[in-house]
Amino acid sequence: MSARILRFLARAPIHAILVVVGLFWLVPTIGLFIISMMDPADLASNGWWTVFLEPSRLTFENYSALFDNTAITSSLWTTLWIAIGGTALPIFIAALAGYAFAWLEFPGRDWLFVLVIALLVVPLQMALIPMFDLYNTFGIFDTVVSIVLFHTAFGLPFAIFLLRNFFIGIPKELLEAARIDGASEIRIFLRLILPLGLPAIASLAIFQFLWAWNDLLVALTFGRETQPITVAIFSQLRQFGANLELIAPASFVSLAIPLIVFFAFQRYFVQGLLAGSVK
Amino acid sequence: MSGQSITAEPPTAGAPPEREAGAWRRHAVTLGFLAPAAFFLGLWVIYPAARTVVRSFFDDAGAQFDGFVWFDNYTRLFSDDTTVTAIKNNAIWVGVVPALVTAIGLIFAVMTERVSWSVAFKTVVFMPMAISLFAAGVIWRAAMYQQEPDRGAVNAVIAGVKDAIDPAGVLSQAQPSSEAIEGSPEGGLTLTEAIGPGDTALLGLTGIRGEEVPADSVQAVVPEPLDGGITGVVWRDFSPGGGTPGEVEQEEVGLPGVTVELRDAGGGAVDSTTTEADGTFAFEEVESGEYRVAIGPDTFAAGFDGVAWLGPELITLSMIVAYIWIWAGFSMVVIAAGLAAISREVLEAARTDGATEWQVFRRITVPLLAPVLTVVFITMLINVLKVFDIVLSVAPGSVQDDGTVIALEMWRESFTAARNYGFGSAIAVFLFVLVIPILLLNIRRFRRET
Repeated sequence: MSARILRFLARAPIHAILVVVGLFWLVPTIGLFIISMMDPADLASNGWWTVFLEPSRLTFENYSALFDNTAITSSLWTTLWIAIGGTALPIFIAALAGYAFAWLEFPGRDWLFVLVIALLVVPLQMALIPMFDLYNTFGIFDTVVSIVLFHTAFGLPFAIFLLRNFFIGIPKELLEAARIDGASEIRIFLRLILPLGLPAIASLAIFQFLWAWNDLLVALTFGRETQPITVAIFSQLRQFGANLELIAPASFVSLAIPLIVFFAFQRYFVQGLLAGSVK
Repeated sequence: MSGQSITAEPPTAGAPPEREAGAWRRHAVTLGFLAPAAFFLGLWVIYPAARTVVRSFFDDAGAQFDGFVWFDNYTRLFSDDTTVTAIKNNAIWVGVVPALVTAIGLIFAVMTERVSWSVAFKTVVFMPMAISLFAAGVIWRAAMYQQEPDRGAVNAVIAGVKDAIDPAGVLSQAQPSSEAIEGSPEGGLTLTEAIGPGDTALLGLTGIRGEEVPADSVQAVVPEPLDGGITGVVWRDFSPGGGTPGEVEQEEVGLPGVTVELRDAGGGAVDSTTTEADGTFAFEEVESGEYRVAIGPDTFAAGFDGVAWLGPELITLSMIVAYIWIWAGFSMVVIAAGLAAISREVLEAARTDGATEWQVFRRITVPLLAPVLTVVFITMLINVLKVFDIVLSVAPGSVQDDGTVIALEMWRESFTAARNYGFGSAIAVFLFVLVIPILLLNIRRFRRET
């Protein structure tokens, strides 16, 4: 008993430090949440932390105004379509390619895969200007489609890399058995590889969803009227302070969806992170 | 096949084409699997990248195409004030962030191993990873970095600490209301005329903002003279409509809590007291002689107006703090996974051999973790080179020139008023050149593994 108390005391400083650090990590987000529920006049002269003394000052008015603001609600839908399209499309295409790299023999396979690895780190800035031109030429500038297609292309290298590495771990016997049974490659892919690859696909989907949902640069470049929530908030930022009652709740809504995804699928998220980085 | 043809029959004409057809079919299937990816990578990544490299050698600004200019765009990259600032700032990011994020992740990972609630801690620190860099920037700008200490949390904490050590004066902005008082707030205010026992001192002050008047103050009164003592009043010599300076009038309030000093002819303080709610004060039992009544400089000490976290000098530092807040969780989780993979036996063996915790950490844990630490460091290096969103959300428009980075300049040159595609392309290529060493490293690692 006394040994346990001693050990606890020896570790007390660690507990204390971790509690303080944990609070430091929570405070900014809580701060924004409180700001998003404060009256702008109140906020002009009082810090958000003073609300703890007087919680009755919190109000839902900013949020009801936000959801009445059609520009904001339509940009939330835009964000959702971009995120769904920008997740489903690259993962399906990458799964096809990942299967080919893992289980189909073809000349130059290793070289092509090296190319994929090289493309992993190409900054998307390299493509912005030419795609801006091309989108204008093809008349798809300022559409959800153009943004989704861009996310698809730049999500592919990582997705192919991750899925190929996962598919290669699927037992060879399973595939050979299916091939001997005369199953076509596409059937093997749909009936065997995709179900078995689900854990990897799930973590990839979370990453890609967060990436597309959280993007600012791509949408800012290829959208004018097509504004996801990040761009909508960005265009409000010029009058920062004057319209915090709009910026704060909008930002909070924009990060609530990723947080829900994060808490719901935390395990897959961490697995994907480890598969992607610890190689 | 050849084993079967014992007879000297010529091989059937159909056989080789059949095999070839099978090979073609296989290749067609493979192509079907690869084609969509090839289409996207070719059209959206490889072709534009090549186009950007070519364009970076052309003068192509504002939709005007003025021909091949060799390396002019690149020369400008290193001579233009804004891009030079961007490169310098990015150098700070690269020098500071990957190392700090890796170190912090390592420390957190090692510390959480020792507590039972590590999952809760990891979740909290990891959470910002899900948030966009842009929204995270808004969080820090709105909740933490506002300059006024009563709005920005960071300055509020600093103000709290400063107030405890070096409190601000009660009346930080007061001025004398009339010529009856001389001096300045910095050196303290003194009544111009000398007085003695039985006299009453009137110390009228102006320049006091309404919210700075203490809440408990009431209508000021001129106190009765005191036999053998000095009385007086410190009040806000201002009433709606102005009033007469130097006179205590209706609606002029006393200033409580002000420390008043009584000084002798030589200027030394003989006594001090504090004013009441109506601003009055009294020194009892004063020896006869000439005295002057003064309010010391402490009363007028300026309050803390907050560190300008979003000002031009500190903007990069402020953004880096917010960025570390976002990425520390990534580093911690990856390193913790590496830590969990280290064999307990090795560590225990070292401990039984009498190694201290620090020695175990320094000589065993860190070397064994080296590959994981490298991965985290390199990932952060790539991220930091491309940092963009956070500048747009944390830095106010007026200081974006001071806090700018390479990726932001690429975007501003290409897609805002200038529309300088040639220069923007050169900046993009510069960014790409910076990641080429990492690209080669990745390829080498892959080839070693296969």
